[in-house]
Amino acid sequence: MTPPRIGILCSRIRVEEKLLLQALRARGAEPERIDDDQVILEIRGRAGPGASNTGAAAAPGWDVVFDRSLSLTRALAALRILEARGILTVNTAQVVATCGDKVATSAALASRALPSPRTLVAFTPEAALRAVEELGYPVVIKPAVGSWGRMVSRLNDRDAAEAVLEHKRALGSAADSVLYLQEHVDKPGRDIRSFVVGGETICAIYRRSEHWITNTARGGEASNCPVTGEIDRLSRAAAEAVGGGMVAVDLLERGDGELLISEVNHTMEFRNSIDTTGVDIPGRMADHVLALAARGTAVGAVS
Amino acid sequence: MAAATAACPECDAQVEIGDDAEVGEILSCPECGADLEIRGLAPARLDVAPPEEEDWGE
Repeated sequence: MTPPRIGILCSRIRVEEKLLLQALRARGAEPERIDDDQVILEIRGRAGPGASNTGAAAAPGWDVVFDRSLSLTRALAALRILEARGILTVNTAQVVATCGDKVATSAALASRALPSPRTLVAFTPEAALRAVEELGYPVVIKPAVGSWGRMVSRLNDRDAAEAVLEHKRALGSAADSVLYLQEHVDKPGRDIRSFVVGGETICAIYRRSEHWITNTARGGEASNCPVTGEIDRLSRAAAEAVGGGMVAVDLLERGDGELLISEVNHTMEFRNSIDTTGVDIPGRMADHVLALAARGTAVGAVS
Repeated sequence: MAAATAACPECDAQVEIGDDAEVGEILSCPECGADLEIRGLAPARLDVAPPEEEDWGE
């Protein structure tokens, strides 16, 4: 049996990508790097047997392409093109599009009646100010598209709200006219990040910080969080709401213990969570990619 | 075999490149702290890593 052909779309090889490449190789796969700085992708339909595949845009017949690109924009474009060719992808363009835009994430969660912080969206600073007052201070304002806690701000009073909204109007792009405003959840100095792979919650961590932003990219400290029934249920439901695959779900705890889904991340980082949880996260991800690749081979065989 | 090294493009220190290094890997110069990207392995070559882009994230 020939080993599955796995393409891994990446920008840079960080600790995560290195561990994933090692895990795939340890399982007998020979992942091919698709460097998003170099790749040329031709937009065309499913290649039939013997279809010509030549020139600069030639692409091998991958059974599955595993997206680890740092760039949301590039990942989404590449995945859409690959999917049009009938190539299985993980995560899919749908998952990336839903997780990459907080409005889309919140809408997907709301459509399944999943608990998340109350969120209002407005398109002008004037309307946003009214929305902020309706939510009551403090309010969190987040860019609809953005990661690693960048530009996430807490508005503690009207002065802060006016200042941030004026700066957004003056300095922002058209995308910044989507003003995503969220109830501030008074979490207990930590939040929870759970990892879902192929419909299973494999582990979770607490992220603790003195700062109200708890992202580990921003210095939040990781420790093991036992996966309770409720964490498992919400994590799996959140993953399913965005389209499945491999995602990291951020959960917030209210004072009364109620859990809220805050965000779902499609290219999860996990370097701080392997020793912390004792779970071989890259191994579990590699297993999932290989299971998909086996399916991709099977699909190719019958079509 | 002695570990391969390459010059840091920022401070010219000799940076050690591990046996399991990958092209495209990001590392920090132990001398000056610059973020570096491995551009080649035989011979080992380093360049300054590109700055973070606006749409990067997880």
